[in-house]
Amino acid sequence: MSLRLDPREHAPLSLRLLVSLLAGLTALLLVAVPVMAAGANPFEAYLLMAQGAFGSMFALSETLNRATPLILTGLAAAVAFRARLWNIGAEGQLYMGALAAVLVGSGFLQLPAPLVIPAIMLAGFLAGGLMMVIPAMLKQRFGADEVVITLLLNFVVILFIQMLIEGPLKDPLAMGWPQSVPLLAEAKFDKLIPRLRMHWGLIIGLVAALILWLMVKRTVLGFEIKAVGENKAAARFAGIPVDATMLKVALISGGLAGLAGVGEVAGVKGYLSADLSPGFGYSGIVVAMLAGLSPIGSVVAAVFIAAVFVGADSMSRATGISNYLADLVVALSLLCVLVGSFFLRFRLRWQSRQEA
Amino acid sequence: MDILLDIFASANFWAAAIRIATPLIFGVLGALICERAGVLNLGIEGIFVAGAMAGWLAVYLGAGLWGGVLIAALAGAMFGLLHAFLTVILGLSQHVSGIGITLLATSASYFTYRTTLPDVSSPPRIAPFQPIAVPGLSELPFIGPALFQQTLFTWLALALVAVVAFVLYRTPLGLAIRAVGDNPASVEAQGLSVRGLRIGAVVIGSALMALGGAFLTMSAFDAFFFGMVNGRGWICIALVVFASWQPGKALLGALLFGAFDAFQIRLQAEIGQVVPGQVFLMLPYLLSILALVLVARKADYPRALLQPWTKGQRH
Repeated sequence: MSLRLDPREHAPLSLRLLVSLLAGLTALLLVAVPVMAAGANPFEAYLLMAQGAFGSMFALSETLNRATPLILTGLAAAVAFRARLWNIGAEGQLYMGALAAVLVGSGFLQLPAPLVIPAIMLAGFLAGGLMMVIPAMLKQRFGADEVVITLLLNFVVILFIQMLIEGPLKDPLAMGWPQSVPLLAEAKFDKLIPRLRMHWGLIIGLVAALILWLMVKRTVLGFEIKAVGENKAAARFAGIPVDATMLKVALISGGLAGLAGVGEVAGVKGYLSADLSPGFGYSGIVVAMLAGLSPIGSVVAAVFIAAVFVGADSMSRATGISNYLADLVVALSLLCVLVGSFFLRFRLRWQSRQEA
Repeated sequence: MDILLDIFASANFWAAAIRIATPLIFGVLGALICERAGVLNLGIEGIFVAGAMAGWLAVYLGAGLWGGVLIAALAGAMFGLLHAFLTVILGLSQHVSGIGITLLATSASYFTYRTTLPDVSSPPRIAPFQPIAVPGLSELPFIGPALFQQTLFTWLALALVAVVAFVLYRTPLGLAIRAVGDNPASVEAQGLSVRGLRIGAVVIGSALMALGGAFLTMSAFDAFFFGMVNGRGWICIALVVFASWQPGKALLGALLFGAFDAFQIRLQAEIGQVVPGQVFLMLPYLLSILALVLVARKADYPRALLQPWTKGQRH
């Protein structure tokens, strides 16, 4: 008897769901090791994490609040990766979106009140999108690898933001803290439920997921993205405008990350600061991979990752275990789902010697 | 113009340039070995962090400095082995695996640091590598203080450039490593193991990357800070392309980069009143992007880079 690998044409939905579920669970189980190394009981730690993430209306609101930007950065990665455009720059695109929201929504421009929110969303989308269109164009024009460029741009953007909020955009009333002037009241997103932090950004994320799902399934662009992602040369041969499709993907991907930044400024903080995102851009990659690049799946995966972060914070306060545990779960989830993708591509079969 | 002359004429400046270049030399060499064998290793940024933390922590807990260097290399090798398992054995996406390794190595390092030292407010220090004045040569005017008063860790980096160049171009092993990234079928036709060579290259390359991190905590500074790697790993990935995957050019690229970085720090001191500091801090990243864009068209990527290999595979 020996083990044989047969390539699969298509993995059924049930198997794909199972792989994602098992990847998340395995990641959670694996961190039992560092939890024990830190001298705590893993079962207690898991229970505290679950309570911290879902145990009360407040906890649930915190989790959904945290999931809001992750849905959008997850969608940003999902749409790009579908076309095999490696956008690792969602972190920088998020900050550019947030910056655009502040530039448009803090009173520098005189806009009628009902137009302010649509204006900051459009500006944030375009700013984030532009941040991805540039590397996509550098790739087309010069053949420069977008992975490294988007990664490096993250550092450039955060320095640019720091420069602005310590300089021309600095809030003179912030007691010297490096933060931008605040958004106008009419630019802020309403809370969904009074006294809880979750806000309309969540609805924007859900609608974006729905639109992206329709786009992937029902539109010509969705078909073109699929074709380009599967085989660029074949797509070009079939007459698909590969370069134009890539630029559209770049705009949408960066734009979604930009919207995540708008939501954090308009829904949570009310101003721009250099600690706006604790790595939402990078976690978005994990969200997208856990979701198997599915838009609807990204919503579920974002809630899972958000719950890990919020739960770990709460567990950390109770037990003293470092909340970097959450980052460990996130990293392990990515690696586990990657291993799982092996089983989506191949079927394992035992076979007897004679068959071989 | 006087400012520029002052900067370039100071031996201190060139000493700093070499110091800044050292971690990049390790990183570029490591990335170069991996990519020459056909494997992109985006784990580099996290492996830098792991090397910085592991080496420093080992010394802090009582190991000798060279013991710390060894521990750092082992930590890097371990993450390299994981990357090799995912990308070489299972043939999974090198991009996603690399990002995953970076996230894992970074969070594991931060978690370990916080768990081992729960109660420290300011980062504890170790006694780092000290500059060694090479007898005689360090007395030379200008060249002496610039070149011959570096730590042994820097000399290790320079020696490794020669070693890697020698192995790659003058030994059968080097020939096999280069072939495995260009034309793996030819390697298999000779009865060598494509996967074995690739795994070996990724493990060794990752160990070198970790030394780049260790240099930061054990020679350039004497403590571990969160976020101290700050994109150096990604810069190495750009520098490898700039260096056309050649150790000699990699050294040159790292030194140019070090000189530029040392220059912007000094320029900042001179004209920092007029221009915000962040502009200078952005320059290294922008320079890396510019270098990548300029050489991309001519870049002679290893032909089998990113392509997994299964035994007995035809093209």
